[in-house]
Amino acid sequence: MLTLECPYCGVKADETELAPGGEAHLKRHGPGSTDEEFDGYLFARKNPKGVHFERWRHAYGCGKWFLAARCTATLEVFGTYPAQSTKPPVDLQARIKLKRPGWEGYK
Amino acid sequence: MSKAVSALGGVSHKGFVDVAEAGQRGMITVRGDLGSAAMKKAVKAAVGTAVPAPRRIELAGEKGAAWMSPDELLILVPYAEAVATVEVLERALGKEHHLVADVSDARAVFRIKGAKAREVLMKLCPVDFETLAEGEIRRTRAAQVAAAFWKSAPEEYTLVSFRSVAGYVMALLEVSARAGSELNLG
Amino acid sequence: MSTRLQNGGRLIDRAKPLSFTFNGKPVQGYEGDTLASALLGQNRMMVGRSFKYHRPRGLVASGAEEPNGLVGLGEGARFEPNQRLTTTELFGGAVTQSQNHWPSLEFDVGAINDRLARFLPAGFYYKTFMYPRAAWKHVFEPIIRRSAGLGKVPQGRDADRYEYAYAFADLVIVGGGIAGLCAALAAGRQGKRVWLIEQTAHWGGRAVVDGAEIDGKDAETWVRETLQALEGMENVTLRTRTMASGLYDHGYLLAYERVADHTPGDGRPRHRLWRLRAGQVVTATGAIERTLSFAGNDIPGVMLASAVRDYVVNWAVSPGDRTVIVTNNDDAYRTALALLDAGLIVPAVIDARPEARGELPGAVRARGVRVLEGHGVARVKGGKRVTGVSTCIQAGEGAELETIACDAVAMSGGWSPVVHLWSHCGGKLIWDEGGAMFRPDPSRPATGADGAAMVTAIGAANGVLDAAGVLADAHKAAGGKGKAPQATAKPETPVLPVWIMPQGAGPALRAKMWLDPQNDVKVSDVQLAAREGYESVEHTKRYTTLGMATDQGKISNINGLAVLSDALHRPIPETGTTTFRPPYTPISLGAIAGEARGEVFQPLRKTPMHDWHAANGAHWEPVGLWRRVYCYRRPGEGTHDAVNREIRQVRNSVGLLDASTLGKILVSGPDAGRFLDMLYTNMMSTLKIGKCRYGLMCSENGFLSDDGVVVRLNEDTWLCHTTTGGAERIHGWMEDWLQCEWWDWKVYTANVTEQYAQVAIAGPNARKLLEKLGGMDLSKETLAFMEWREGTLGGCRARVHRISFSGELSFEVAVPASEGRAFWEALMAAGEEFAVAPYGTEAMHIMRAEKGFIMIGDETDGTVIPQDLNLEWAISRKKDDYLGKRAQQRSYMASPDRWKLVGLETLDGSVIPDGAYVVADGVNANGQRNVQGRVTSTYYSPTLNKGIAMGLVKHGPDRMGEVVEFPVGDGKVVKARIVDQVFYDKQGEKQNV
Repeated sequence: MLTLECPYCGVKADETELAPGGEAHLKRHGPGSTDEEFDGYLFARKNPKGVHFERWRHAYGCGKWFLAARCTATLEVFGTYPAQSTKPPVDLQARIKLKRPGWEGYK
Repeated sequence: MSKAVSALGGVSHKGFVDVAEAGQRGMITVRGDLGSAAMKKAVKAAVGTAVPAPRRIELAGEKGAAWMSPDELLILVPYAEAVATVEVLERALGKEHHLVADVSDARAVFRIKGAKAREVLMKLCPVDFETLAEGEIRRTRAAQVAAAFWKSAPEEYTLVSFRSVAGYVMALLEVSARAGSELNLG
Repeated sequence: MSTRLQNGGRLIDRAKPLSFTFNGKPVQGYEGDTLASALLGQNRMMVGRSFKYHRPRGLVASGAEEPNGLVGLGEGARFEPNQRLTTTELFGGAVTQSQNHWPSLEFDVGAINDRLARFLPAGFYYKTFMYPRAAWKHVFEPIIRRSAGLGKVPQGRDADRYEYAYAFADLVIVGGGIAGLCAALAAGRQGKRVWLIEQTAHWGGRAVVDGAEIDGKDAETWVRETLQALEGMENVTLRTRTMASGLYDHGYLLAYERVADHTPGDGRPRHRLWRLRAGQVVTATGAIERTLSFAGNDIPGVMLASAVRDYVVNWAVSPGDRTVIVTNNDDAYRTALALLDAGLIVPAVIDARPEARGELPGAVRARGVRVLEGHGVARVKGGKRVTGVSTCIQAGEGAELETIACDAVAMSGGWSPVVHLWSHCGGKLIWDEGGAMFRPDPSRPATGADGAAMVTAIGAANGVLDAAGVLADAHKAAGGKGKAPQATAKPETPVLPVWIMPQGAGPALRAKMWLDPQNDVKVSDVQLAAREGYESVEHTKRYTTLGMATDQGKISNINGLAVLSDALHRPIPETGTTTFRPPYTPISLGAIAGEARGEVFQPLRKTPMHDWHAANGAHWEPVGLWRRVYCYRRPGEGTHDAVNREIRQVRNSVGLLDASTLGKILVSGPDAGRFLDMLYTNMMSTLKIGKCRYGLMCSENGFLSDDGVVVRLNEDTWLCHTTTGGAERIHGWMEDWLQCEWWDWKVYTANVTEQYAQVAIAGPNARKLLEKLGGMDLSKETLAFMEWREGTLGGCRARVHRISFSGELSFEVAVPASEGRAFWEALMAAGEEFAVAPYGTEAMHIMRAEKGFIMIGDETDGTVIPQDLNLEWAISRKKDDYLGKRAQQRSYMASPDRWKLVGLETLDGSVIPDGAYVVADGVNANGQRNVQGRVTSTYYSPTLNKGIAMGLVKHGPDRMGEVVEFPVGDGKVVKARIVDQVFYDKQGEKQNV
């Protein structure tokens, strides 16, 4: 039962106040995209044991979607940040690298 | 309007604290740029308070403004003034990108009153009351439904839920407030 | 025999006698007793029968680890099976029944299994109930079902209530022994928010029984003074009768408070489940004594040495007059001393260690007790009660040396730290060779949200068994300032690991050495499993059922895995332990459900007119969390008749439908049109103010997700209607795209579903009815089909939409929810001259099917695209993009072979059963009949007086007039003709008047 801090309202929300939304930073491919691009967008998902970026909505709170960097093996939370981010913030990436020297980094 | 009734007609129960449906309350959802001058003017004109800071509720008598999200406020007024207040807000926000919606009828309001009022909410909401600041509005869940509450008096909380689940919320409050089920946290 | 002693008993109040019944016979005890101590005090040692062999079972332990003492407790609505005697506080009038026997505890027919034990080895079920297959249903399963299950299932509703409570703490300390108290004191003084919880009703744990001295005071005094200090701290919360059931992610800890188990029926909640969020967790959960594996160690009267001590010291109950002690460590000598202090006889201490020369053995010897070093028990004598033990050399094969008469045996195989909470969330263990135990590995704790350790084990739970060490450990772990409390106790010499007794015991003895007395798992069973190839301890557990009983093997798991390791010739740490899973001890289903029962089992959403419906014959149907009216039954009227009447009413005059549950979402802003063009397959940006348009929404997979009427309110604002079940989902979907993809678009949304009560007024007399209410011009000229206007109707603020789902002249009117009931009643009153009647969802469904309108959830099932439903007219060709467009271009989606929507008309007028398939020639690879379509909606149409249906059929629209076949079971086939899906008023003349 996770606790994640909503970056919009600062509430340390209980998992039961949140709704999960799967992998973060997906790039939408619409009409005009190749079958491979579309297949990747719609179906291919990372499933790492370790550092993962994911979407959560503070559904029972301020209603905002946010993103979280989390270790899927230990459930350590490296940080949460606004959904209006095309990639994880640089300082967050640095923090993760410090804690997980073996992490291959965000691609 | 005499035809307008609240969801539960003001039902109440006595337990180790009193729980009651608080009747109708004017409520207006306002979405927009909370930092704008127009918003400041609009809130002032509508309820006479400042734009609340994140997670705060500003109260001025029967009126008030609560922060709901970075781009949303809940304006509180007496029920009969809701329609007029919508117009005040619309006028003040003018051409600025915004949304104003009367939600007075979409909500139910409850009062939980007594020295141990917070123990009732502690049974229903995953909220750390010790870190809840004075003047804070907390949006959370009460058991299985969305709710928001704030401390409306030294020994009183006001809780807002959706209207359709008013009966469920009242039943939750009643069962949680039953005598003998005090949490005895001192 | 076991009896109540004249003096002593630190927990009982002899001034307050209480009586209860066991198997119908009265038993006397005192306030402060457990059911176990009270039964023992009246010489009731045998309390049940084992699960498999129905062997007599007596009390073994004094606490949560007890495997045998399970009873059915209470009567009627308060009956509950499998209540543990050792952890149930005695209350006056308690009614208890022993379990697992017939006809009686003393004479049990099932005990024949014991004679057949040779034929009921580990894995008996797996080996036996295999063939013939046909025997399963009629022979094996009934037999297994009859013998399965422990205790009787309660009947009827539980009379008690339960609840949750949420709490937050910097530090939760689990266990109210001296370790927990010491840590709480240290942490409390630092101002931390501390919770200290204890599973029993008493503080102090073992130290108060074992008689340690702390800071120059006896342990009892130190505990009392420490508690007083803690009670004075506002930042410390103390809870007895509260068991930490499980530790989960991020310091989430479930604690099970037995609020009123000892005061049943006093109106308080029986159990409370605390959902604690802890910054840090300290486990001060102590240790549990292990049994020793010798032949006959399951005979009633063989108990744990610590339990014997507890019964004497805490409750003044002697388990026997003559108690032989069997041990591999010094601690058991404390039991000898306690028994001697109580004036009882200890004929001998049988110590497996070659030498027992410590201070404790010395003290026992000094009292004139024989200490047999290097000895073991060859066999316990007795049937329903111990009568004696025969001794042997521990190093030998069990040749009997002498027989010692006794009526109780106190055994101690050493101690196992309670590592459950430590382990629940990933904390690892190490094998402590010197202590012969698994203890927490401080370098591999469970970690929390910040990646740092979130659990610390202290005291005996950390493998520190001496009082002085316990206090030092606790003080340090809690960051205590200054010196830790100082304890003095007699030093102990090392334990000797003894896994079977004697060491060289042959098969006959090993088959009488019990590891798990509840499930009847013996040393021989584990060895058999090893011989049959089981290597993993997890597999062996499931194969033999070792540790799968209600006590989860708290006293025997380590012995079992030691036996397995020995049989596999590998060290114990390599075998490892089974996984520790919550709950630590069983918790009630009531506590898990909390307040969620009866009226508050789940939220029930009610429209403003709900109570009116309830008072007027509503037959309900759940739609999401809403209750909608399926139909309104008049006295003496069946459901089917009511539905047909309602349809005729609408088609012939006018009816009312409560449509308040439909989702209503405001979408507003300069980019709202552009946004809706992405969301809907149609073009919404071009919708004129004052007009309505039916729209479709798809997922990015291209599948139809929701539909509804969109209303253009003003230049910047649209109102989107969704299905009843779709309101929250679609609002969330909109916010998802606005927040996460198009965050630079200027659009705001608001879900205003519940702001409005909405009523559909449908039928030829609809306009006349609304005109009677007055206030708005609703003529065809002013308000054409698919238009809306705002105004006042019958004194209510109203938005009137001229839309139709029934095919009739129809208006949908939205009024503020608070006025919904009044508006509805005004309609009913005004409609009297038209015999107006309300209609329900079933009538609505049938009427829309008569008109060939699709229904989300009927015609769609998450695999259907709009093109399958011939809805191309609602898909804009002008748009470059909309959600789902790309997916609909995929080859499979664009295939001409997809099943498409058609109408179906049975040749004989009958109704095709729901879900029926259209068959094709031949069979598929699985030998199943090939199919080429299926029914999606099927009804009896009272309007047309015959069965009508819609369905998806391969190449359907190209096969008009063709007859297809639906097998409907029992060899019967319904034949239907493929027809146009619109059965009623194809020209739309009825709705357009």
